[in-house]
Amino acid sequence: MSLYFRYMIILLKSQLQYRASFIMLTIGQCLTPLTSLAAMYFLFERFGQIKGWTFHEVALCFAVTHIAFSMTEIFARGFDTFPSLVRDGEFDRLLLRPRSTVLQVLGSKFEFTRLGKFAFSVGLLAWAMMQMPTPWTTIKLMTLGFMIAGGVLIYLSIFMMAATLSFWTIQGIEIVNVLTDGGREMTQYPLSIYHQRIRRFFTFVVPFACVNYLPLMVLVDHKEAQSWYALLPLVSVLLLIPSIGIWRYGVRHYRSTGS
Amino acid sequence: MRSSWAILRLRFQLGLQYRAAALAGLATQLFFGFIFIMVFEAFYAFGPKDPGMTLEQVITYSWLKQAFLSLMMLWIRDNELFQLITSGNIAYELCRPCRTYDFWYAKLLGQRLASAALRCLPILIIVLFLPAPYGLTPPADAASLLLFFIALMVGTFMVVAISMLIYISVFVTMNPSGSILLFAVFSEFLAGFIIPVPLMPEWMQRIVYMLPFHYTVDFPLRIFTGHIPKMEAIQGIGMQLIWLSVLVLLGAWLMKRILRKVVVQGG
Repeated sequence: MSLYFRYMIILLKSQLQYRASFIMLTIGQCLTPLTSLAAMYFLFERFGQIKGWTFHEVALCFAVTHIAFSMTEIFARGFDTFPSLVRDGEFDRLLLRPRSTVLQVLGSKFEFTRLGKFAFSVGLLAWAMMQMPTPWTTIKLMTLGFMIAGGVLIYLSIFMMAATLSFWTIQGIEIVNVLTDGGREMTQYPLSIYHQRIRRFFTFVVPFACVNYLPLMVLVDHKEAQSWYALLPLVSVLLLIPSIGIWRYGVRHYRSTGS
Repeated sequence: MRSSWAILRLRFQLGLQYRAAALAGLATQLFFGFIFIMVFEAFYAFGPKDPGMTLEQVITYSWLKQAFLSLMMLWIRDNELFQLITSGNIAYELCRPCRTYDFWYAKLLGQRLASAALRCLPILIIVLFLPAPYGLTPPADAASLLLFFIALMVGTFMVVAISMLIYISVFVTMNPSGSILLFAVFSEFLAGFIIPVPLMPEWMQRIVYMLPFHYTVDFPLRIFTGHIPKMEAIQGIGMQLIWLSVLVLLGAWLMKRILRKVVVQGG
């Protein structure tokens, strides 16, 4: 663990070397969710609601998704850019070191410029929380924490599985974007607005619903909410376990590209 | 002109080499199309009677946007050009016996046309046969289809001219990432890339119509859906041509001035 923090500090220092560029990028990153939010706001202004959800409820959902995604990008970018490690044969070096590969890949890259996006989403979350008519109980705050942590775990698992694929394909594949960027785009809204089949897939195969609209229903006191929905984000751990397993399997079968 | 054409053809053949990548991109774009459409569908389900555009029009708009993505996306990063500028290899470009502006313009245009040609037909064919609410509604008559193609082409020329301005700005800033990201994010919104312009509030629409960006996405797509009547479309194409010539002249002039000042370090 201390090694992980060491990696983090070194990479933070190196990114801060180009200070102006770092600041510009951080601000730029902060504005990317802004236009999506603006579009969402305009649509709410015109249509009033979306299948019974109000703007601040959806804003809450939007903020949680972007917080989770930007945190994953900050901490697990190493898996996202992993195909290049394999292609260049850099991964051989990691294998020689007496530390876990997961830790080293995680530590190979941190995208601190995403802090801009993160800060923006936290601000939005705070605003949406204040708009809520009912008081924030401890249970609700815990649920909110679970939702964010669960979201991070799901994105991390997807990044890991996509990275594992590159042991065989060498190239990264664009189709994985459906789950990462697509997942983020989709979970900006409560999943209950989508077609039933999509909703099922993203509940039982990739459990986005468990960190998205199901616990969200508890937060906004939806009339169909069950109190156990609050614990559903923990399901995301079930996705992490097989993805670590697949990763280990991939590492064992790794053949260097030899370059 | 002949050299431009040759570059265009070369780029096209290069793009056709990566067929697997094109297939993966196709699936991704279909998925994203579905997501956008379902969001709109949910909004329309309990919305007001006349929100400015019908659901069929919005769906057609979204599919066309996915199909012609590479013609309309303002910002497709060409790292090759960046490296030329920041590494000093620009010197070789200056030795070529044609104007750098024309050469780069043809290169960027060729790239876009190649990837659009690969992706648009399969997507269009698939979405034409989708079941009722999700399918693409064909245009009312041949005339609006023709106007759509003209507007789309001029729009693409405008997109390339705008992205040329971005590349030219790199000569000055040398740091391509932050400011360009900002510009790209805002201009895509103003182009109607995220939501169609008629769904924006009045005050936003006024801003949008003053700027050139909506001519690249919103304008051609709404001609296709019949939301813009034919007479207005012809006037709009006139405006497009004016903007296009302004953008190109500005770009060529700026490029000439900047290239005169360029200092290439040896090594």
